[in-house]
Amino acid sequence: MQVEVTVNGQAHVLEVADNTLLVELLRENLGLTGTHVGCDTSQCGACTVHMDGRSVKACTVLAAQAQGAEVVTIEGIGSADALHPMQEAFRDCHALQCGFCTPGMIMSAIDLVSRNPGIDNAGVRAGLEGNICRCTGYHNIVRAVIQAAQNM
Amino acid sequence: MYPFNYHRPQSADDALALFKAAEDGIYLAGGQTLLPTMKQRLAAPTDLIDLCNVPDLRGIELETQAVSVGALTLHSEVAGHEGIRSALPVLSSLAGEIGDSQVRNRGTLGGSVANSDPAADYPAAIVGLGATIHTMDRSIEGDDFFKDLFETALNPGELITRICFPVPERAAYQKFPNPASRYAIVGVLVADFSGEIRVGVTGAGPCAFRASGIEQVLNADLSPESIDAVEVPESGFNNDLHASAIYRAHLVKVMAKRAVADLLN
Ligand SMILES: Cc1cc2nc3c(=O)[nH]c(=O)nc-3n(C[C@H](O)[C@H](O)[C@H](O)COP(=O)(O)OP(=O)(O)OC[C@H]3O[C@@H](n4cnc5c(N)ncnc54)[C@H](O)[C@@H]3O)c2cc1C
Ligand code: FES
Ligand code: FES
Repeated sequence: MQVEVTVNGQAHVLEVADNTLLVELLRENLGLTGTHVGCDTSQCGACTVHMDGRSVKACTVLAAQAQGAEVVTIEGIGSADALHPMQEAFRDCHALQCGFCTPGMIMSAIDLVSRNPGIDNAGVRAGLEGNICRCTGYHNIVRAVIQAAQNM
Repeated sequence: MYPFNYHRPQSADDALALFKAAEDGIYLAGGQTLLPTMKQRLAAPTDLIDLCNVPDLRGIELETQAVSVGALTLHSEVAGHEGIRSALPVLSSLAGEIGDSQVRNRGTLGGSVANSDPAADYPAAIVGLGATIHTMDRSIEGDDFFKDLFETALNPGELITRICFPVPERAAYQKFPNPASRYAIVGVLVADFSGEIRVGVTGAGPCAFRASGIEQVLNADLSPESIDAVEVPESGFNNDLHASAIYRAHLVKVMAKRAVADLLN
């Protein structure tokens, strides 16, 4: 089947099998491997991207369900020279260890902070319930999100 | 993911026709239950019929004494809707406690209710508030909707279009969430319809139900303490790695007491 989808501002028309997941379209068809697959069972949030401005788990969305949608991935929020304030804050606060959960954490955190300016620690912890860090570095992740919230 | 055929009908009639024509068809709403279930091979439908373009399944309407919500309405839309927050705050707070934000950004009211997961949150509101489930061809009372584990009064291919929730004078929902999934180990919704109390329970049994014993004592004396006198038998309750049936029976009373305390506040 054909899927028309805009990813990081660029329009694509792609031919995919009906059973293709959005995360497969991103990683395999478009080579955007910043979006990770941790669990593949909707638990960990490593695959989080924005679809029409809301954070979603790309392992639990069919490519076909993204028809006509605007998708933003970790590759689309900043560049090496001009990091997004959330990326900057993750770097400053040492909010990553192995880095596997980081793209998903950052995508969730951006959605969370843009909807809840002035969010506090408890709000960040509740808002990131869908993202699991296997390195368990939550303390610094929460610090980073709070710091970014002040600069976003 | 194993192969299947994907369809995107433009009308409810076309959706039903596709359902009938398929060898083993299933409707797709948010996919937050269906897709994980398929990945685990707990279901292997041949045809997924996506409801996203079917008209009239969206939108929130505030009526004088009721809130009517389209089947495809996202949990995050219910949680964030200003009108629901002021008319029926118990529903927005319940929706805001479902799973996590990514799940709430895809999961829908209709999908949750049609699925009748014993641990889902919305079913507590369906029975606790006495909602009416509208389908393409009829209306089903909340009290008659949930039949058993993952079983409802829906006929094969019957599509939920909207759900209408009566607005009580006051209501509260309390759940004991599974710490990993946030599904309800037990959740209790208590609603006060001008002196007539309804109590909806999810998580405890194979499907949501009304706790008539608790309703009775609360109708006589609306206080957390009055629930102490009620016996909640554990027979027939879920018994799994998350909680024993006896523990769930205990939690029904504890959550009901917390909900009443909340409601009186
Ligand atoms: C990590 C995780 C945590 C979760 N935690 C919770 C939680 O704490 N509480 C909770 O309640 N839920 C929880 N859920 C489930 C979530 O709420 C789902 O969104 C919901 O159960 C199903 O809605 P859906 O729109 O995704 O339906 P789908 O998965 O698309 O469909 C589910 C079923 O409903 C049928 N269906 C869908 N729409 C209709 C309709 N309009 N008419 C007839 N049949 C229909 C489908 O055919 C299918 O059988 C969780 C899910 C995940 C992945
Ligand atoms: S890979 Fe999607 S939630 Fe874990
Ligand atoms: S930094 Fe390793 S999983 Fe989070």
